[in-house]
Amino acid sequence: MIEWHDVAMRYGATEVLRSVSMRVHTGERVALIGPNGAGKSTLFHLASGLGVPVAGRILLDGRRIDGLAPARIHRLGLARSFQASSLFAGMSAFENLRCAVLRDAGAGYAFWSWADKIGPARDRALSMLDRLGLAGRAETPAGQLGYAEQRLLEIGMATIGDAHTVLLDEPTAGLNASQIVHVVALIRSLTEGRSLLLVEHDMGVVFDLADRVAVLVRGELIAFASPQAVRADARVQQAYLGALDVAGR
Amino acid sequence: MKRSAAWLAYALVLLAAPLLLQDARAVTLASQTGIAIIACLAFNLLFGHGGMVSFGHAMYAGIGAYAAMHLLRLLPAGASAAAVALLPLAGGAAALVAGLLVGYVNTRRSGITFAMITLGLAELAVLAAAMFPAFFGGEAGLSGDRVSRPAVAGVSFGPGTQVLGLIAAYTLVCTALLALLMRTPLGRLLHAVRDNAQRVAFIGYRPQRIRHIAFAISAFFMGISGSLAALLTEIVTPEVFSLARSGALLMFVFIGGAAWFGGPIAGAVLMVLCMNALSALTPAWLLYLGMAFIGMVIAAPRGLVGLAASLGADMAAIARHRRIAGVLPWVLAFGGSATLAVLAASAAIEMLYRLRQLAVLGAQLPFLGIKLDVQAASHWIIVLMAAAAALAITHRLWPGLRRQWLMGARLPA
Repeated sequence: MIEWHDVAMRYGATEVLRSVSMRVHTGERVALIGPNGAGKSTLFHLASGLGVPVAGRILLDGRRIDGLAPARIHRLGLARSFQASSLFAGMSAFENLRCAVLRDAGAGYAFWSWADKIGPARDRALSMLDRLGLAGRAETPAGQLGYAEQRLLEIGMATIGDAHTVLLDEPTAGLNASQIVHVVALIRSLTEGRSLLLVEHDMGVVFDLADRVAVLVRGELIAFASPQAVRADARVQQAYLGALDVAGR
Repeated sequence: MKRSAAWLAYALVLLAAPLLLQDARAVTLASQTGIAIIACLAFNLLFGHGGMVSFGHAMYAGIGAYAAMHLLRLLPAGASAAAVALLPLAGGAAALVAGLLVGYVNTRRSGITFAMITLGLAELAVLAAAMFPAFFGGEAGLSGDRVSRPAVAGVSFGPGTQVLGLIAAYTLVCTALLALLMRTPLGRLLHAVRDNAQRVAFIGYRPQRIRHIAFAISAFFMGISGSLAALLTEIVTPEVFSLARSGALLMFVFIGGAAWFGGPIAGAVLMVLCMNALSALTPAWLLYLGMAFIGMVIAAPRGLVGLAASLGADMAAIARHRRIAGVLPWVLAFGGSATLAVLAASAAIEMLYRLRQLAVLGAQLPFLGIKLDVQAASHWIIVLMAAAAALAITHRLWPGLRRQWLMGARLPA
């Protein structure tokens, strides 16, 4: 579970978030939508340790995390993905996943034990490769994977650990329709029983996957309700969905 | 299989060198090579594996060397060879402590910040060595006596071959340890930090802690390398802290190939060869070295090992595609004209250098069996024209060679 309480953020004179409060319950999937520049990524960054809010508090399972270092927040149970794939380009797909689960497999910073001998890390990385459909690409350097494969690996790295709360930043960005169907099914199964917050532009994905939808416009949360209620909300239509229709989405 | 064969060959060479080499000069060169291999591998732990560019890494070899030398001088005269053999570990420990302290501050940032701090600290070390002559021995440095009397089981470290044996043993063990380090969680994470430090933080590790540990380990092996150098020469001068040494590490590891574990080993061998053989051959050796380095940075940024790997793969493909007949004439023509261009250009450079030492060495310059007269205009014209013509031909041949080569290597049979 993750909560934002009156969180505000400014970059110089620009107000990016104004007193945002929201909560993602355990086992709940929430989609965060909003036009470009609404502050969605900032909301993610503050929760994962990239930057400190100018006001407000962020709680992970009741524990205050705003201002903590990213590694510390990860250890408290939050994992995230990035909008632009952020992988270890020179390392194989398998190595990427294994590194992402080393900590939860109990490895620490050890230089006196073998990475290959950490059975749980290897097994979990191999099984994740299978679930992602990347088993045949295990030894390929992440930087040489195709775009869609990199997006899959990105999701795998965010969900392979024990994190109880997962933030996915535009997991379907740039994918075609059939790839999106695959990814949505994957996200659904990989985040089973965890709190999920995802930024998403594809309304099909949003209404398919989300239990609730949060709408962020110009740094303010203007709606936070079930997909049906949000779809019917006049303010949302005016501020956001209408604008998208005009844009041809 | 291929890897274990390479390891076997490496171990055999290291074991055979102290047993087979007799000539004092060869023994010294081999000893220097072992010392350079440890230093280059330790440097590459940061550079190639961790993505950290240190401009002052010789400092840790210097700290190890001084620690070992001070301990050697503290040992009673003719102390046991076993104690002498363990001195490099003490030198490594001293460097490890320095690395832990410096790394705590240094590794908070990577990239430019990191590089600048290493540069600043290296300058500081040079200054400190000048400011505290009581500890560093002033310009003359500190000397000691490594020979133990009586010998323990025949080992006194008096003969050069026995010191080479010690160095070879340390080289083998250090190489193995550094190779094995890459298979530990820390080794894997170090690659991850190099590729994408920010992401490492989001899988639950602090990039700084990873860099810090790697930095200290690297310093430890640098210290061992420096201590062995102190035992080899039995003297340590403040020169060990010089920026030129740190720069040479960076340069030769790059030339060898930082992306390969074996690259620094090739770089170390080349470093010792250049600094001894090339410097004896020509006064312009630093110029050639600099030009070779620039050429490598531009044309083969993956180093000699990388170049050999890709050329080898290409040649195998060309042979498989039965395109040798199409490629070979181009290779020979290009190779011939390029060799001619290099020779003519270096003749011009040698003549230029000779002009500066005309009074001492005279105008007659022997160059590859011919006598060049640096005061004869005709000789200058011939050499420069040959260089220009060969360069122009080489330049013209390049696109054709490239086309034939790539077609031969990449097209299906």
